[in-house]
Amino acid sequence: MTDKKDMLHVSYPPHMQSGESIPGVMWSVVGALAPACAFAVYLFGPPVLVLIIVSVISAVTAEASMQFLLKRPVTAYDGSAAVTGLLLAMNVPPLAPVWMVALGSFFAVIIVKQLFGGLGFNIFNPALAGRAFLMASWPLAMTTKWYSFSAGNVLSPDIGNSFGFPPAAFDALTRATPLSLLKEGQKLLADNNVAADRLYDLVTSPAMLKSLFLGNVGGVAGETSALLLLAGALFLLFRRIITWHIPVAFIGTVALSTAVYYYTAAVPCFYLMALFHCLSGGLFLGAFFMATDVVTSPVSAKGMIAFGAGCGLITSVIRLWGGYPEGVAYSILIMNAFVPLIDRFTRPRVFGTRVSARTAGVER
Amino acid sequence: MFSSFGGGMHPPEHKSATKDLKFINLAIPHSCYLSLQQHAGAPAKPVVSKGDTISEGQRIGIAQGFVSAHVHSSIPGKVADVADILTIYGTRQAVIVETEGAFTASAHPSQPVDWESLAGGEITERINDAGIVDLGGAAFPTLVKLSPSAEKRIDTLIINGTEWEPYLTTDDMLMKTYPDAVIEGCRITMKALGVASAIIGVEDNKRDSYKALSKSLAAMNPPENISIKKLKTKYPQGAEKQLISSLLRREFPSGSLPGDTGGIVQNVGTVYAIREAVVFGRPLIMRHITVSGGAIARPGNYKVRIGMRISDIVDECGGFKRQPAKIVMGGPMCGISVHSMDIPVVKGTSGVLFLTGEEVSFRDYSPCIRCGKCVTVCPVGLLPCDLGNAVEKERLDIAAGLNPFDCIMCGSCSYVCPAKRPLSHFFKIAQEKIQVVRE
Repeated sequence: MTDKKDMLHVSYPPHMQSGESIPGVMWSVVGALAPACAFAVYLFGPPVLVLIIVSVISAVTAEASMQFLLKRPVTAYDGSAAVTGLLLAMNVPPLAPVWMVALGSFFAVIIVKQLFGGLGFNIFNPALAGRAFLMASWPLAMTTKWYSFSAGNVLSPDIGNSFGFPPAAFDALTRATPLSLLKEGQKLLADNNVAADRLYDLVTSPAMLKSLFLGNVGGVAGETSALLLLAGALFLLFRRIITWHIPVAFIGTVALSTAVYYYTAAVPCFYLMALFHCLSGGLFLGAFFMATDVVTSPVSAKGMIAFGAGCGLITSVIRLWGGYPEGVAYSILIMNAFVPLIDRFTRPRVFGTRVSARTAGVER
Repeated sequence: MFSSFGGGMHPPEHKSATKDLKFINLAIPHSCYLSLQQHAGAPAKPVVSKGDTISEGQRIGIAQGFVSAHVHSSIPGKVADVADILTIYGTRQAVIVETEGAFTASAHPSQPVDWESLAGGEITERINDAGIVDLGGAAFPTLVKLSPSAEKRIDTLIINGTEWEPYLTTDDMLMKTYPDAVIEGCRITMKALGVASAIIGVEDNKRDSYKALSKSLAAMNPPENISIKKLKTKYPQGAEKQLISSLLRREFPSGSLPGDTGGIVQNVGTVYAIREAVVFGRPLIMRHITVSGGAIARPGNYKVRIGMRISDIVDECGGFKRQPAKIVMGGPMCGISVHSMDIPVVKGTSGVLFLTGEEVSFRDYSPCIRCGKCVTVCPVGLLPCDLGNAVEKERLDIAAGLNPFDCIMCGSCSYVCPAKRPLSHFFKIAQEKIQVVRE
């Protein structure tokens, strides 16, 4: 028998590994986001497609250049930069200027990801940090470039009118998003001597809730359709790329805390208000696709629940009392900073250690 | 509900190639390479020298100390040499025997002994004489396991019929083919241990084994309290700690030995060998192995002489139909890959796998992305991701705080890692380095 030494590989066990890989994970996330993106292009028109393409290309280019300059292995095509670019594009208003989103992508990949050490070492979610950077630098573009819906949409002026609101006040508001409608609506109604409760009636109307679920409302490019985001999330859950812990804790906490808030504020349809909060804004996008970013979330199930609950609480606080109508992005960024601490206090119980704590004589 | 443990995962089983293939005796090789270390503990001392004529089953190595085991010749013949050879445990002293003369032991089986009339001590004596070790893979001397100190209060014998590694089907076939012998072996072991109850744990993907054992048990109706339990098919169900946790709902205190929970685990192959030794006086010179993998022409479940080299097995199994990329002794999750086909089968070899390039993973690993999959699957509740990072940065202080010695080396973390990080290997490195620092 000839010696086959040269042809045999030797390594430590295990000798088989799952088919899961980083590109597999990342491109699956891209695939999961695709339906919501396609819908955004359909709803808001070609500018969104341009936005997405520019953002993704900027992110991938920035990643490749940085890795080249830092003399790291170039892994720009593993999909992680594409996810960052895609998520950032989904996080800006549909009519935002293209140069702005390109700058956001550069910031996200170069500063937040590569300078922290690249994939796996970044502390903050790059796409969200990119969004925060744009928000701080060009707040006007980030909060006013909303899409104007034509007649028939829940955010079109004629629907607002049908609820008996002064048209002058609502012309401005209804071009925005449901959450800013909620945030600024009360003051405007008071100025015009209309009961504030009418606002709750509007946002919890079946037309509004249905539009929120299906996606026929204003907002950043990728957040409008709860249904399509949910479909993508189910795919990721099925692929075991994300687990239920963070999204359930996040959305559950938002539902619970907003329900409690409106209940104590004696709003009769407090549960519908909680539903409105769950379906509106970037909550689904954030809870399923950004808070679950593997790099910047805790590793254990217990930690994920604590992280999700923290995100939910901060989101609710910002939405209910803060200056911004929406708090998902900031809540995730704030909780990102707490991940090392959460990980430290939510270590899984090591097999046999509870027993050793109880029975004497076993030294640890 | 089937019994199970926390954590774990489901690698593809790859058992269908050999699952239903009956045992075949492989032809006796021209020469056998009998390592004097085929067990955990001290190597045996050779008692034969070059040129001696020896008989089949003759003792050629004597156990050194308590944690050791005798070694017997698996063939009759002439000692060609007593020399160092390459084994899966490293370079070890071995007796090389060339086949010659008559197969006295296997041709003339001895009169069965009525084991029920033997005392517990006499049974363990016969087990010791036969050089029996744990056949599940760890090759721990059986005598040591059967001699727990009195304060351990062992109350249950657990027979490990899980065969949890992918590809391997030997134990499954053993339970299907010789259910009576497995149950009798279980009874003999119970007597040796002096325990009143035993549980045979079978994973629920081995329905035929479960049925065969249940049928045998009902027909034999032994006086002892023996039960057969189905376990959920999940890796690493057969790991000792996890098996005890699944069946007895008892946890090992971290850092202790299995016996501290009152349960002792024996593999089905081991109790089969115990019966052979106690009833027929046969030393451990043959064992059942699975030969599988995409590269071998005739995969199957085979009975082989211990000391048979891989190259002889390949010849007997029709050679390669494809180029093997890796040869693994044992299962694909915990087995050892070898670079030479001169390495012989030892007592602890549960299988030899000839894996093609498509069956094994060669991808380079990249930095941890903190996905936490390793944390989810770890059956012990460790943080393999953090430990891997600590080892990579050579921060032994951090590594030591992550319970590296509780790792059971099941490899689940390495299996699931999307970054292909060799996490269980990092645990091994941490253990070795911390051990050096402590000494």
